[in-house]
Amino acid sequence: MNNVFVYCELEGNQVADVSLELLTKGRTLANKLGVQLEAVAVGSGLEGIEKQIIPYGVDRLHIFDAPGLFPYTSLPHTSAVVNLFKEEKPEICLLGATVIGRDLGPRVSSALFSGLTADCTQLEIGDYEQNVKQADGTMVKKQFVNQLMQIRPAFGGSIIATIVNPDHRPQMATVRDGVMKKEILDENYQGEVIRHDVAKYVPLTDYVVKVLDRHVEAAKNNLKGASIIVAGGYGVGSAEGFDKLFELAKEIHAEVGASRAAVDAGWVSHDRQVGQTGVTCRPKVYIACGISGAIQHISGMKDAGIIISINSDPNAPINQIADYIITGTVEEVIPKMIKYYKKNSK
Amino acid sequence: MSLKIIVLAKQVPDTRNVGPDAMTPEGTVNRAVLPAVFNPEDLNALEQALRLKDANPGSTITMITMGLPKAAEVLKEGIFRGADKGVLLTDRVLGGADTLATSYTLAQGIRKLGDFDIILCGRQAIDGDTAQVGPQVAEKLGLTQITYTEEILECTKEKIVARRHIDGGVETVEGPMPIVVTVNGSAAPCRSRNAKRVMKYKKAATTLEIAAASEEVQAFYAQRPYLQLTVWNAADLEADPAQIGKTGSPTNVKSVKNIVFKAKENKSLTGSDADIEELIVELIQNNTIG
Ligand SMILES: Cc1cc2nc3c(=O)[nH]c(=O)nc-3n(C[C@H](O)[C@H](O)[C@H](O)COP(=O)(O)OP(=O)(O)OC[C@H]3O[C@@H](n4cnc5c(N)ncnc54)[C@H](O)[C@@H]3O)c2cc1C
Ligand SMILES: Nc1ncnc2c1ncn2[C@@H]1O[C@H](COP(=O)(O)O)[C@@H](O)[C@H]1O
Repeated sequence: MNNVFVYCELEGNQVADVSLELLTKGRTLANKLGVQLEAVAVGSGLEGIEKQIIPYGVDRLHIFDAPGLFPYTSLPHTSAVVNLFKEEKPEICLLGATVIGRDLGPRVSSALFSGLTADCTQLEIGDYEQNVKQADGTMVKKQFVNQLMQIRPAFGGSIIATIVNPDHRPQMATVRDGVMKKEILDENYQGEVIRHDVAKYVPLTDYVVKVLDRHVEAAKNNLKGASIIVAGGYGVGSAEGFDKLFELAKEIHAEVGASRAAVDAGWVSHDRQVGQTGVTCRPKVYIACGISGAIQHISGMKDAGIIISINSDPNAPINQIADYIITGTVEEVIPKMIKYYKKNSK
Repeated sequence: MSLKIIVLAKQVPDTRNVGPDAMTPEGTVNRAVLPAVFNPEDLNALEQALRLKDANPGSTITMITMGLPKAAEVLKEGIFRGADKGVLLTDRVLGGADTLATSYTLAQGIRKLGDFDIILCGRQAIDGDTAQVGPQVAEKLGLTQITYTEEILECTKEKIVARRHIDGGVETVEGPMPIVVTVNGSAAPCRSRNAKRVMKYKKAATTLEIAAASEEVQAFYAQRPYLQLTVWNAADLEADPAQIGKTGSPTNVKSVKNIVFKAKENKSLTGSDADIEELIVELIQNNTIG
């Protein structure tokens, strides 16, 4: 009762990284509150799924395993989660800020009348005071303890807001892939596995959407985990310009990232986009080539260790957060970087 | 076959162009200078609606927006592009709504309109980037949903087939009507204004504005009901006071911090051979690269 719950997203019988990251975060939050961590897995053919989930410190795993629960569709998953939550009364529920999490989370929150905060970048337990209106209209200060502080960027990333849901449970939040750290707690962690009778939770009338066709490709790059990223923006000028970035990246064992403007121009694929609507990364080194530094881009890379900016405009906003500012053109600087790296390495 | 189509559209501050001019000397964003625009993905939703109407003559598109009286601008813009009617939900008691209170209010507006076949919304609004209102409206109305839609491939009164974006791929799904569809930014962009419609509807005004105008102006609009944009307040919506505005919002903003980009201590270089070689050598020597 009143535990921390994580909805585990599944591709077949593989748990999504973002869900494992949330289990790690959920474990920390549960420890702070002195409660248990519970996970929910809804899908088909889930034998052995507990081996992927329990080691993250999960005390109870709820499994809903039935044909028709994979691929994900909105209503059956909503019913499984909502009806489970009506019994379990979670304190907190975390979901990935993924296509699935953003399809499911709002429905669950609407059904339970609970607050949902999208795209949190930090989650903490804390106390705070708030003025509360009494029945007679007067205001009194009320103390709230052990609340989930949901911290997220808003207004295109120009402000950071801390959101709380004092009066309704569960406190629900979504978090994007790559924002939290994933860490196995104990390979031999002992957790209870509960297999629910799906028909008791999900009415047959929920199976109304049919998935006719589905293509999913595994990520072609490892932007999220890369320690060096060479990223190109609109200033790179062309797809051929990006070839040069790939050449540099190969040389220094880096991944290639991009701004949305470069992706929109069609010079590089969408899965390489860094930023608010792309990947969040925190590499050791981020080399920004011809990127102006719009707030939506910066929000995805500002935690990089060292930021090197190559820009013909000395006043490009990205220079404000850069450690090295190279004022010059991409065409000129990149070949030189390749040349002098080859000359000076090994 | 004609369809009754509803499009939910929101007026938002243009957070896409938080340029240097929108920055205060303290390095924070001056939100007051951001222009109010038609939420971009709501335009994608409108385009899908217009395509349904093109394919099914006799269909009607009703736009609904909740916001300040000024938000009626999006209704007009939608009508210029081909929507038939606009409804503004506005009332002081609706203010301070989070996504849940917003979706309840919109759902009440939809109920009051009555009969419909499909509700289209944008995937998300650029002020909050939550993508919650569409699914929450669907839940409130007891309907299913197709989110992240890129194209409606087929739509009759009974069923819909759509292609949608999913993480790492695409999916084609079939669902029952009526349904809520949220449209992704990667869907077809919205057609531009139609010059004839701009001529015809440029004087469109909300019943609020008309009521506040002179008798002469009121008489003008009385003869031209097509220029009147409907306005409903909380009482018109028979809204439960516990579910609207701040009271109906489970989420509270505890605090807000402006992002300040503090200039870091940095090294400035040119693109000269000497500078680039020096940098590369430095990065190799301190094991940053290589
Ligand atoms: C809701 C929303 C979400 C968004 N999400 C993202 C996101 O996730 N990621 C993202 O990146 N953007 C995102 N954007 C878009 C973002 O606002 C910017 O439009 C985008 O980041 C700009 O890309 P850019 O810096 O490459 O292009 P520009 O702003 O056009 O900048 C190009 C830069 O290149 C420099 N330059 C030009 N020529 C050369 C040359 N030859 N050599 C060197 N420098 C040169 C210029 O001085 C300039 O600084 C989002 C926008 C919205 C509204
Ligand atoms: N106040 C509003 N009025 C009309 N439609 C809205 C409103 N708020 C949200 N929507 C619709 O819901 C979608 C998702 O919004 P959001 O959940 O705020 O990201 C938007 O793209 C709109 O279609």
